[in-house]
Amino acid sequence: MPKPLERVNDFVIKFANVNGSGSASANTLFGKIILRMGVPATPRNIFPSNIQGLPTWYEIRVSEAGWLGSRGGVDLMVPMNPQTWDADMASVEPGGYVLYDSTKPLPPSKFRDDVTVLGVPLTEMCNAAYTDPRQRQLFKNIMYVGALSALLDMEVEVVEKLIAEQYWGKDKLIKPNIAAMHMGRDYALKHLPCPIGLRLRRSDKVGDRIMIDGNAAAALGAVYGGATVCAWYPITPSSSLAEAFASHCKRFRTDPTTTKRRYAIVQAEDELASIGMVIGAAWNGARAFTSTSGPGVSLMQEFIGLAYFAEIPAVIFDVQRGGPSTGMPTRTQQADILSAAYASHGDTKHVLLLPEDPKECFDFGAQAFDLADRLQTPIFVMLDLEIGMNERLSAPFKWDDSRRMDRGKVITAEDLESGKPFGRYLDVDGDGIPFRTYPGTHPTRGAFFTRGTTKDAYARYTEEGPAYIENMTRLMRKFDTAKTLVPQPIRRDAAQPTKLGAIYYGSTSAAMDEALDRLAGEGVQLNTLRLRAFPFPQEVNAFCAAHDRVFVVEQNRDGQIRTLLMSECGIDPAKLVPVLHYDGTPITAKFVADAIGEEAAVVPFRKAVS
Amino acid sequence: MSYLPKPKFRHPDLPKNALGYTRRDYEGSVSTLCAGCGHDSISAAIIQACYELDIEPHRLAKLSGIGCSSKTPTYFLGQSHGFNSVHGRMPSVLTGANLANRDLIYLGVSGDGDSASIGLGQFAHSIRRGVNMVYIVENNGVYGLTKGQFSATADAGSKSKWGADNNDSPIDMVGLALQLGATYVARSFSGDKHQLVPLIKGAIRHSGAAFIDCISPCVAFNNHAGSTKSFDYVREHNEAVNALDYMPVRSEITTDYAPGAVEEVTQHDGSVLKLRKLAPDYDPHDRIAALTYLQKKNAEGEIATGLLYIDPEPKDLHAHLNTIETPLNHLGDADLVPGAAALEKFNAARR
Ligand SMILES: Cc1ncc(C[n+]2csc(CCOP(=O)(O)OP(=O)(O)O)c2C)c(N)n1
Ligand code: SF4
Ligand SMILES: [Mg+2]
Repeated sequence: MPKPLERVNDFVIKFANVNGSGSASANTLFGKIILRMGVPATPRNIFPSNIQGLPTWYEIRVSEAGWLGSRGGVDLMVPMNPQTWDADMASVEPGGYVLYDSTKPLPPSKFRDDVTVLGVPLTEMCNAAYTDPRQRQLFKNIMYVGALSALLDMEVEVVEKLIAEQYWGKDKLIKPNIAAMHMGRDYALKHLPCPIGLRLRRSDKVGDRIMIDGNAAAALGAVYGGATVCAWYPITPSSSLAEAFASHCKRFRTDPTTTKRRYAIVQAEDELASIGMVIGAAWNGARAFTSTSGPGVSLMQEFIGLAYFAEIPAVIFDVQRGGPSTGMPTRTQQADILSAAYASHGDTKHVLLLPEDPKECFDFGAQAFDLADRLQTPIFVMLDLEIGMNERLSAPFKWDDSRRMDRGKVITAEDLESGKPFGRYLDVDGDGIPFRTYPGTHPTRGAFFTRGTTKDAYARYTEEGPAYIENMTRLMRKFDTAKTLVPQPIRRDAAQPTKLGAIYYGSTSAAMDEALDRLAGEGVQLNTLRLRAFPFPQEVNAFCAAHDRVFVVEQNRDGQIRTLLMSECGIDPAKLVPVLHYDGTPITAKFVADAIGEEAAVVPFRKAVS
Repeated sequence: MSYLPKPKFRHPDLPKNALGYTRRDYEGSVSTLCAGCGHDSISAAIIQACYELDIEPHRLAKLSGIGCSSKTPTYFLGQSHGFNSVHGRMPSVLTGANLANRDLIYLGVSGDGDSASIGLGQFAHSIRRGVNMVYIVENNGVYGLTKGQFSATADAGSKSKWGADNNDSPIDMVGLALQLGATYVARSFSGDKHQLVPLIKGAIRHSGAAFIDCISPCVAFNNHAGSTKSFDYVREHNEAVNALDYMPVRSEITTDYAPGAVEEVTQHDGSVLKLRKLAPDYDPHDRIAALTYLQKKNAEGEIATGLLYIDPEPKDLHAHLNTIETPLNHLGDADLVPGAAALEKFNAARR
């Protein structure tokens, strides 16, 4: 037997549950207790979409150092689902711990001798204490939280306080839940070697950060960004974004006296209709968005091309999941980059925003609407399941009350009245962005016909080659303008000068931060550039030029951002070393550091690491 | 069309409507459709209806999909914003536009291919949501623009120009609209201006989902013997259930009618539809009976036209969504952005 693990504020605990057993609220509560003790902790929901017995897992990485990415491995397992017992048991690190329901005796073959097994007869205790079957089920969950509080040496006052907060407003439930928690706790204190080697100790590393998932954050960004129309079609992992928008709007956009709403949400019949409604609303001067995932973006292609060519604002939140096809619907990937960047037939290019965490989901969620109006084009906000659906510690959101919506180049009735000339697709300012009018502006001036066919600068149908080319090159000019308006990349340099660089984006950030720390410890000097948007500003070329080798770290098979770097910036492919993680689990620091560390040690150029 | 400071010649003696606009002010650019195409007659009827209704052109938005029929918005209401979207998807674009500004009039123009084939789903869902709009299908039983293939409204047994039989069952858009809860349902014929113009006027003044299936022969590809959408066939088999007069407000019935032969329906905005019964037992307020009647006529090979169903007090999508009266696109920062203090509270609750 290896020595049992001994770690303070630095371990991974995982709960294996049966969906619908009420475990979610107990598990969330457990995570909150850790945070309330000032210790950074990152929870992850793992919910396979079609495995019998409806297993779900809830994993919490506790990291006083503040690493928020997935670590991999499990130090303390709480296997509450008999169907996944064997796999759960096998996943525990040597020297780890297992807390299980010991009511029914299990044969020794079901255990491992290199882990510490801690039994609490949860079912038996519940059956003795409660008669109602639902209560027996629910209190079992709180009981294991109680047992854990003793095993991990947690502050019992915090546990009690959070139970009270959880049931605030349903006060009758507070006492029985606290009692159940103590039943589990007392049993552990009496019968088990409390505390075990894994412990929680009060810290001050959480700071003023908030806990929120990226979808809720992006939806709040849409509220602050002034979105009034949302059209969507349910799809994992994006549904909770539209649902969060509904609940934010209920709170912030409903007239308290009349109950009338300053927003409209339509659950459309499919993604084609969703994006069609968004385009119709934005054409008519409202800020509108849809939220979807890869399959939805595939369906929207034709409409996205229309919005590009007819120059209509649209905001599309793409919460990416594993593809292609239905792929891994409940797993994470960054695999829609190319299908979003070049959505639709014909020569099209689109703006992508690449948020790294809930804070940027909020910021970009709001900014996307300014960009869409300013650039009169679709704007994609590329989340993924990892940041979209998991709560994550995040810097608090900030808003400047002097900020105003940028509605872009819109000609008003007064402008028209004063005789200001108007050509819908005329490049007046040389930035490629034309002026538009909203329908209904002026009785006799400013109306135009919007179409997906080619047209001249005055929106008149034409198939003349020069007019077509002029229009298409103007659209490229506009795309160049976009480079200066989108969030700029963030560069971080190593302590020592180096010719090694790494480029990454989105949810890879958390793993990257930790990997950089580890690599620095191993003496690997690496400068990094975190992309926050496409099209890439000039700085991206400069970064690549300044390094001999640039690792491009992403969560897809084909190196999609790497492809964009090659095709859009003309970077030599030999220089761009792909580091690709795409098994559907979130990328880990270990994966990144191992891959880069190994490559950094050898002379260039070697094959891709995956 | 974009505004160009170009003086338009106007005949000083042209009659003007209450807004001072002539009929020509409601026209668009010159049609490029085939001479004799039914769609041009529908455009003319739309122009006439808008002129007579004193519609401010900029208060109406015209939207369409793709097809000869969907091209027609270029040929009427040149002072209105128009949107020629993608094939079969006009309804979603119109729905979005309507959500953004509930104060404009929305006129959706589509074809039978656009709405019954590729766009059947969007047609159905826009109707069942009760979008406040006028939805006109210019129905010729073929794809005109792509040169004469059968569309989904072609009757079983009808023959193509090249002699091929259509064996598939037709989609009856009127029947669907009724089933899906449209609150104003009519069928008409591009060759019958007297019937069509008042039907369009009533539809524009209807404050819910108004659907008009307008048979509109394609002279290029579907006007031959053996077609059930030809001018001759439709003239021969057209059976109007009623004749409609549109009146802006209620007025005395002056002409003498047999008792029960005329019904007046007052719509939500106060306009009155005067319905002269032609089919004695037809009740345009009975959705279920209307469906049965249509099926019966259809089985007899007749085409029932007229105002087939009306609910004068409809509920529209905005009522269902409980949106405020102010158009959403008029709202500014103060109405929409909760501000820093609210955000700080939001943060605090998440610690
Ligand atoms: C996605 C897509 N598929 C096919 C077409 C080609 N297309 C253009 S119009 C049309 C049919 C139009 O038929 P209908 O709506 O009945 O209009 P009509 O020309 O008969 O008035 C088709 C198939 C297209 N424009 N887009
Ligand atoms: S092809 Fe048919 S539908 Fe198209 S313009 Fe000619 S007659 Fe009209
Ligand atoms: Mg047709």
